[in-house]
Amino acid sequence: MAELRIEGLTADVAGRQILHGIDLVVRSGEVHAVMGPNGSGKSTLSHVLMGKPGYVVTGGSVTLDGVDLLTLPTWQRAQAGLFLAMQYPVEVPGVSLDDLLTEALAGAGRDVSVVHTEVAAEAERIGLATRLLDRPVNVDLSGGEKKRNETMQLAVLRPRFAVLDELDSGLDVDALRACARRIEAATTEFDLGVLAITHYTRLLEELKPDMVHILVKGRIVESGGPEMADALETTGYAAWITEDGESPAGADWLADPFADPFA
Amino acid sequence: MNTSDAPPASPTWIDERRNASAARLGEPVLPSTDEEVWRYSRVAELDLDSFASAPKPAAGDLPQEVTAVLALISERAATVVVVDGHVVHSEIAATWASKGVFAGRVVDAPVSADPEQSLGVVSGDGVDVFSQLNDARSDDPVLVSIPAGVTVTAPIVVIDWIETEGIVTYPRLVVRVGADADVNVLDWHGSADVVSLAAPLIELDLARAARLRYGTVQQRGPRMWQIASQVSRVDADATLDSSQVALGAEYGRTRTDCRLVGRGATGNLRAVYFGEDSQTLDFRTFQQHAAPDTTSNLLFKGVVDDHSRSVYTGLIKVEKEGRGTNAFQTNRNIKLSEHAWAESVPNLEIETNDVHCSHASTVGPIDEDQRFYLESRGVRTDVAERLIVAGFFDEVLEEFPVPAVVPLIESAIEARLDRRSEAS
Repeated sequence: MAELRIEGLTADVAGRQILHGIDLVVRSGEVHAVMGPNGSGKSTLSHVLMGKPGYVVTGGSVTLDGVDLLTLPTWQRAQAGLFLAMQYPVEVPGVSLDDLLTEALAGAGRDVSVVHTEVAAEAERIGLATRLLDRPVNVDLSGGEKKRNETMQLAVLRPRFAVLDELDSGLDVDALRACARRIEAATTEFDLGVLAITHYTRLLEELKPDMVHILVKGRIVESGGPEMADALETTGYAAWITEDGESPAGADWLADPFADPFA
Repeated sequence: MNTSDAPPASPTWIDERRNASAARLGEPVLPSTDEEVWRYSRVAELDLDSFASAPKPAAGDLPQEVTAVLALISERAATVVVVDGHVVHSEIAATWASKGVFAGRVVDAPVSADPEQSLGVVSGDGVDVFSQLNDARSDDPVLVSIPAGVTVTAPIVVIDWIETEGIVTYPRLVVRVGADADVNVLDWHGSADVVSLAAPLIELDLARAARLRYGTVQQRGPRMWQIASQVSRVDADATLDSSQVALGAEYGRTRTDCRLVGRGATGNLRAVYFGEDSQTLDFRTFQQHAAPDTTSNLLFKGVVDDHSRSVYTGLIKVEKEGRGTNAFQTNRNIKLSEHAWAESVPNLEIETNDVHCSHASTVGPIDEDQRFYLESRGVRTDVAERLIVAGFFDEVLEEFPVPAVVPLIESAIEARLDRRSEAS
């Protein structure tokens, strides 16, 4: 049983404080959903956990089984067992999926001879066309193909914890179901712990959360069981915004909290 | 492809030609960096008189580096090896010789290859003083000639090797491809670790509907100076694919003039370069559209590390006759070190309407998002950077006309990245 523990995490982006003290504990095999409106700090949280340049941690700690992740460079966080499925997977021209996963496994001292067969097997399982596997990483893939590719890599790399940054944005219903099911299966197959960061509840139809946390203005304002996601479906984020002292009036996104934030 | 009634080749015509060129040239005057085309160059550091003329090499085995390149290309239509400016070895496979293909010393070419009308047929009186010097002083010009209608299915390989310290050579290569003929040529420039100067002049002449895929690799030693000129003339419906790889030399310059002179001619010009230490790699390109419906596509991609520098200046010139031109020019540079420097100056000059031209240039460090993506999968920072840099070159190398030597080029690039990893 491994544990990803976030305590009192505060962080700035471009000199502005975005995270105001996050506390979360995810254990192996658990699924935690972090839900919040636009601008609540969801993507910042995922980037800070993985150590993206430009995100400055100003306080708190993040440990994976007691290992302080915040002092490690990104690649060592990944080697320690953390995976980030990106909201916008980056196109890397000229770098093949095989090269990427071979280097990733080699760096962890794992058997690289299985990369090709594992990729083929996982791609088939998640419905990622074989012809796409020969393309440079993410180059000319559709939104859905990119998310399937992220999930396929997750399955091949078998991290201990996966942070899913809006896995449900920019893909169709079929792709979302395939990705969510694969990750749900991973929670039992290799005891994956999941931190699913999302605006919507639809991801959670297939990926069953053990806990739901509401993130507003860089703080977790409420945590509860899966039923909280159901409540969100009907009430939106308005209740938490007002509790936080913000007036819902005048805030455009509140008119339709489930509108696609990137439309 | 040629209807000249010139008399048979004799040992004297080439001397007469050299003498005439020398007389035209007079006392050579090196250019000044005040001239736009020499701006940012290192020509001011050059003292021609400090280099001796090249002695004819003694007979002996080919340098090991040369045989290593040849060994990679198991099937060759023809092979020419030039050492210190003199042809030391040439052979043509019987299949191709019987079809009239020639590759070797221009003075040995049969009348059917029309050697006397080959030198200068594309470059004219030369594009600069170095090509004029080449015209007057090249010891042993090489001619590759493909008769009309012949498709040569194996590559023709020309290797130009500098072995001796302190010399100047003027390697000369003319590639003439007849109407509807098709050929792949590899032109490899290497050297021992010497301080010498080479000023190659390459002329590529494509007749109507000819197809030439020309790949050239500049992998001179790290103290060499090279000032090269590549001039091409592409006739109607012909296609030139030129791929350059520039890795070597303390100062390595190539001027590329691509002249599209027949309707529907196409010139695809690609290059990759990688500078390290104190190298300067210098490229000047001219895409000249002198006929209707011509297309040129230029993609030059470079990496500069340490204190190295690169220069790219390019001009797309569409003349009055160039209606319906499509011309594209892209130069991308990655700076691996804050002390490295890359200059990129694209230009357009258009004298007619109905053209489609674009140019783009970038200079910057390794893309942070790409690196973060690879690192987020557990790939070490230096390994991620290696993958990205190797991938950056991929777009050009995968089109290289003689794929058999690409692993050698890739391992030279890898070696540079290894030195980088060790240093950090």
